[in-house]
Amino acid sequence: MKTDTRLYSAVILILFVGIGLILYKHLVLGFPLMPDDKKFVWTIEAKIDFQAQGDPVIVSFALPPDEPHLTFMEEDFASSDYGFSELISNNERRGQWSKRTAQGAQTAYYRLSVYEHGNIVQIPPSDEPVPPQKPELDELFMTASLTLIEKVRAKSANSEIFTRELIQTLNSKSPNQNQRLLRNDKAGQDHKTNLILDILALEGISARVVRGLFLEDGRRRQSLTNYVEIHDGERWILFNQDTGQSGKPKNFLIWQRGGQSLLDVVGGVNSQVSFSIIKNTHSTRSLVVNSNLNEQASIIDFSIYSLPIEQQNAFKMILLLPIGALVVVIMRILIGIRTSGTFMPILIALALIQTTLFTGIIIFLTVVGIGLMIRSYLSRLNLLLVARISAVIIVVITIIASISIISHKIGLSQALTVTFFPMIILAWTIERMSVLWEEDGPREVLIQGAGSLLTAIIAYLFMTNRTVEYLTFNFPELMLVNLAMILILGQYTGYRLTELYRFHSMGQDNATDKH
Amino acid sequence: MLLTSIKRLKSIGIIGMNQRNFGLVSRYNPRHLYPLVDDKLKTKRLAQQAGITVPKLLGTLHYQHDVKQLKDVLEAYKQFVIKPVKGSGGKGILVITEHDHQFYYKPSGDAVKLPYIERHVSNILSGLHSLGGKPDSVMIESLIQIDPVFANYSYEGIPDLRVIVMKGYPIMAMLRLATHASDGRANLHQGAVGVGIDIGTGEALHAVQYGNPVYYHPDTRKPFHDLTVPHWNKLLVLASACYGITGLGYLGVDIVLDRDQGPMIIELNARPGLSIQVANFAGLAPRVKVIETLEKIDSDPQSRVEFSINNFATSRNSIRPHRETNQS
Repeated sequence: MKTDTRLYSAVILILFVGIGLILYKHLVLGFPLMPDDKKFVWTIEAKIDFQAQGDPVIVSFALPPDEPHLTFMEEDFASSDYGFSELISNNERRGQWSKRTAQGAQTAYYRLSVYEHGNIVQIPPSDEPVPPQKPELDELFMTASLTLIEKVRAKSANSEIFTRELIQTLNSKSPNQNQRLLRNDKAGQDHKTNLILDILALEGISARVVRGLFLEDGRRRQSLTNYVEIHDGERWILFNQDTGQSGKPKNFLIWQRGGQSLLDVVGGVNSQVSFSIIKNTHSTRSLVVNSNLNEQASIIDFSIYSLPIEQQNAFKMILLLPIGALVVVIMRILIGIRTSGTFMPILIALALIQTTLFTGIIIFLTVVGIGLMIRSYLSRLNLLLVARISAVIIVVITIIASISIISHKIGLSQALTVTFFPMIILAWTIERMSVLWEEDGPREVLIQGAGSLLTAIIAYLFMTNRTVEYLTFNFPELMLVNLAMILILGQYTGYRLTELYRFHSMGQDNATDKH
Repeated sequence: MLLTSIKRLKSIGIIGMNQRNFGLVSRYNPRHLYPLVDDKLKTKRLAQQAGITVPKLLGTLHYQHDVKQLKDVLEAYKQFVIKPVKGSGGKGILVITEHDHQFYYKPSGDAVKLPYIERHVSNILSGLHSLGGKPDSVMIESLIQIDPVFANYSYEGIPDLRVIVMKGYPIMAMLRLATHASDGRANLHQGAVGVGIDIGTGEALHAVQYGNPVYYHPDTRKPFHDLTVPHWNKLLVLASACYGITGLGYLGVDIVLDRDQGPMIIELNARPGLSIQVANFAGLAPRVKVIETLEKIDSDPQSRVEFSINNFATSRNSIRPHRETNQS
């Protein structure tokens, strides 16, 4: 029983590695387990317009920060005749377009394709806050602010609640005179942001503005929305400055944090920026593969994906073979079906994949049938074995060529796929079956032929299943799971299904004997 | 339904194919010993050295160009059997019962000419009947003369007796009778009759054709109830001795009874089939277990046979209920 424990520990180890790798790819790298898994890719275009005045032009534009839950697929900085460079400083990315001289209306584009990982926890930014600086306000505003602070503070216990209360009070539908003065409804959202930041600074809370874009499909001429982010001593909390709700809303892309300008244009006037947004659907798998290839995650970098597409396609087929092997193992060990040649059914199944099921079966039966007839004539010619099989190969090729030509002439284009059948294997099948016919009779030929075909069809059904195809190609680790299953099946010492029939008379008779 | 039939087979101790491959063949038959039984010439030589009776070897052919000498080799003999040295399951065996140098007659009475035999030999040499299609050799043996006891129990072929020998102890035996349906061959799945033989006495216990009980030979109509294999003790000792020459712990020994020379070994098999259980109406598992629990294997075939006779004899009444029906 020592070999037993050795085998089972090997099986467990293989299973562990296989399933572990699958889970790693699914949970960490984001590979979906189902082929139909789709992700939304947002393409955001920022259009910067300004009037140049004949001087050197420098356009500096804030770019969205790289966040762990986002993947930037593509960034594009298209503007004719402009030099471009990307500057990174103080946790901020800025794009800079420059030109020696420019005159008249100018446009610079920044295009970004981005998607969100569904399954990665969002981490709030970890940078340390700057201590708030006392704002300089005129007497009237200062008094109004302090009154408001008194009122809000009375209702709050910590900075988070204070901020929420403050925003809600400022936005209240029936503002008192004090609030109306402060909030000045005619001013834009920047005014409100600054007001909130000022009051928070008076209260000694570190805060900053966060500009972001709501992602909605097909929107044009959008502008950024201001949010307020405060630091409560431990972490940053994002607030909607209109409702007081905390947390990042769905589909809100944070473009810029902090009070720096969004857009600076030197040598131009009337600058403005507008955003348009398009949503695309992509298969999650291709997104994940591309991003991991770019990031050179070693498990992906040293995988099939790094091969040229043509080889990848070849592997798609090769990785299906173990599934066929598993089917054969099950059919032979558990069911007990006899096939002519152990793995011949897999090769037939591979051919069926190319020809489609029905056509394939017809072609197979035709070729083998005609082959058997010709082979029975060959057996009268008194040939040596190797010569005879070679002759059968030529016969098979002739049959295949005839089928192709005839079907082409009558317009049955499906039958042209006949060339996908492995001819040497067909020749051997014919040879074996013909020997079987001579030695064991047509019944045995029928049993084994039907067994082979049935196994091939079942293998074919598995191998063409979309999910199976997807999983085997994208999780080659499944081969390990498959291997573990085959190892366990190799230990199966129980009856085969067909043996229940083979020994059926004994079971019944014995039972009646006892009575 | 499925579970109950599994349970029932288990309770009788029927061994399935997987169990045979895993628990018997691969456990007790070391791979390196296979050539001893897969190569019938080797088996024959070993058997002769150990004093075990085997059919007389008339000649061997190894290469294609030897085929030309075939006529000269056959010249001297009136009857002969042509066999592939590495064949299995009785494949590729050609029996000629008489010839007049022009026509050669098969047991069925079909006449063939020399070129037919030459092609047959050539096919064997190119590996048609050998495992994996490897080039093979041909052996020509003397024809066994059917023992009169079996005269009416066989159609065309000569009955052969399969004894399963486990670590040298005969545990089960079956007589295989060719029928018209099996085309003169002794293969059960082709329609030959399998008769379970009592290890204790050599008497017939039960008979099956195509897995169903039969009570007389389908062609000769001869009933089986008073069939007893002669020379039983000698035959078992012969089978038991094959363990000593091969070292295979789970062995199928094929024995024929020659009218003049008595029992002789014709073939050994390292992967004996399971139909013997159907023919005997009994599972192998309990008997395998008896042998597996033995502390020591007796080195003397005769005492091993005595152990088997004492332990595996079947009380006829329980297993042979049809005897009464036939007599009444």
